[in-house]
Amino acid sequence: MNRRDFLKVSGVAGMALTGTGARGSEGSSPSLEFYGVLVDTTRCIGCRACEKACATEHGFPVPDTANDAALEKPRKTSETAWTVVNRYDTTRGEVFVKTQCMHCWQPACTAACLTNAMHKTPEGPVIWRSSKCMGCRFCMVSCPFDMPKFEYHEWNPKIQKCNLCFDRLQEGKKPACVGACPTDALMFGMKRDLMEIARVRIYNHPERYTHKIYGEHEVGGTGWLYLSAVPFEELGFRTDLGTTPYPEYTRDFLYGVPLVLFGLPALLYGLNQMSGSDNED
Amino acid sequence: MSQMTAVNDQGGFWSFLRSQLRPRGKILTPFNVISVPIILLGLGILVVRFTKGLGSVTNLSQEYPWGFWIGFDVVTGVAFAGGAYTITFAVYIMRMEKYHPIVRATVLNGLLAYVFYAGALALDLGRPWNIINPIIGNDFGFNSVLFLVSWHFLLYMLTELLEFSPVVAEWLGARRARRILSSLTLAAVIFGVTLSSLHQSGLGALYLMAKPKIHPLWYSEFIPIFFLVSSIFAGLSMIIFEGTISHRVFKDQIDPKKHGSFDDIVIGLAKGAAIAMFVYYFFRSLIFLHDKQWTLVRGGWGAWYLLEIIGLVLIPCFMYAYGVRHRHIGIIRVASILTLLGIVMNRLNISVIAYNWNAAVRYYPSWQEIVVTMMVVSAEIWVFRWIVFRMPVLREAHELPSEKQEKTVRPPVAASL
Repeated sequence: MNRRDFLKVSGVAGMALTGTGARGSEGSSPSLEFYGVLVDTTRCIGCRACEKACATEHGFPVPDTANDAALEKPRKTSETAWTVVNRYDTTRGEVFVKTQCMHCWQPACTAACLTNAMHKTPEGPVIWRSSKCMGCRFCMVSCPFDMPKFEYHEWNPKIQKCNLCFDRLQEGKKPACVGACPTDALMFGMKRDLMEIARVRIYNHPERYTHKIYGEHEVGGTGWLYLSAVPFEELGFRTDLGTTPYPEYTRDFLYGVPLVLFGLPALLYGLNQMSGSDNED
Repeated sequence: MSQMTAVNDQGGFWSFLRSQLRPRGKILTPFNVISVPIILLGLGILVVRFTKGLGSVTNLSQEYPWGFWIGFDVVTGVAFAGGAYTITFAVYIMRMEKYHPIVRATVLNGLLAYVFYAGALALDLGRPWNIINPIIGNDFGFNSVLFLVSWHFLLYMLTELLEFSPVVAEWLGARRARRILSSLTLAAVIFGVTLSSLHQSGLGALYLMAKPKIHPLWYSEFIPIFFLVSSIFAGLSMIIFEGTISHRVFKDQIDPKKHGSFDDIVIGLAKGAAIAMFVYYFFRSLIFLHDKQWTLVRGGWGAWYLLEIIGLVLIPCFMYAYGVRHRHIGIIRVASILTLLGIVMNRLNISVIAYNWNAAVRYYPSWQEIVVTMMVVSAEIWVFRWIVFRMPVLREAHELPSEKQEKTVRPPVAASL
């Protein structure tokens, strides 16, 4: 009878393994070479051609860029605008900053997603796949930049955020916003190359730039990089996010799962047998 | 009291089922009068929610993707259901026979809590038809804490069902099935306790990546451990609170002998809760000191934090201890209510109140969100009541148990066959 009990218990534990192995391949060894965009805010003139190109490319309402009223106060990206340009009055005058998904090297949203609907492609873009998503919005809770946006007024809602024009990239084209930028404030390329270019610009014009590249190390490094003349706090950037990739915050917990899943049943069954007063066999 | 009928053949089964589905007792009770309109209104709201989107009935926003339905129904509801794993651990693993009389009601409560409160999760999903994706492998998000939690919810519901199934078998008069099902109880309990410890802490781990959003007084890398430890005393307090109500409402279901033993059980549970709470309080204080959070205690957030940790953890902890020492059931009941309020406050703080605490526009649940929550709770009570009036949950001595007893003692259901 004891042996039968034991087999029952171990069978159940085995079932649990198939369901809940904590380790997975996706995201554990992300590619070190991936595409990104360098934003040089000292070059941006706030024309919002990028917003327009983005809306056209992805079929959103095209903003009226002739009217600057939209720049009056900082806006956030939304479910109908994957990118917005904001104006900040800084210690060195007016500065324009484009915002969109940062395309993290190790994104929180993809680690959060229980169906891998949020997916970091090897090329770099973090994309959303509708056939997998169940609309739980855990990606929104987890994203340190608050980028995924949800369509609250649709019966069949989608998560909306910049996908770095993944379709265009596969056709060998640049992202729409980069192509539309008239002042080369946006530069598309491999992150490694963009980092070199950014460093060269700071080196050549040390007085023009604050000596930091936002996105180099933030949350483990992002695909989008920013150069600025003023400290990034003045431009509405969060500088308190740390340099730890966000999936690290849950990794320890997930690694503990197999330990508990197998250690605890052994302990419990042992306790049960120890606490028995009857010796039938 | 219901009379058990033998279920011999198909026709007999259906007439039996029909007789069981018929309402029992008075129809116009205060609970019915209040809950029926709530359920109807809630269903109406859900129609709007599934046709016009979540934004049409909730105050959820891009800043607050998770609101009252997740923060209360799921995160708090699951903590309240922690009694089931605690009591099954005590009775089946540690063989504490003292708590045997409350096992069935507690497991039923746990099972229904998961079905309804974790089920309420589906209402909050934007694309609920994809809920099977993590189960069927489209895709398995192995790196996701939510993947773990969702699998564990599913497996735990099945485990609880298995733990409760002997009662259903008794109700149906299926003696052989009952024997087979109760022989699986120990395995189910071991598996259930393991799953519970993982998903209770997993619910806390959901918030680990929300580090920049949660107020530092509530964010800690140890949230999973806090959630696990607090689910123990949340569950025990819920049994005390719910048991007090059940014993009034269903008093003719209960063997008079059990009324006396229930006080002993309550005192035992209070003892367990007091110890768990003290450990929890000690651990949270340790984190507080270690993170040097003195400066954060000033102002409104600090007062709110102290209310939670002192007013609704430490004080009810002492009240439990006092109640145990002086065998004062009244003070234990008050302590259980305070403890439950403290759990509500803690879970809502992490999920809603101290979440995006510096956001320009704060989130408050809409009336529709509250009605739907009340609907879920009412529906759960309806099902609980239906089962308690029909199946041997509270009534009759039910020697579940070891095979030895099985051989000698005729199962209660046999008597009614």
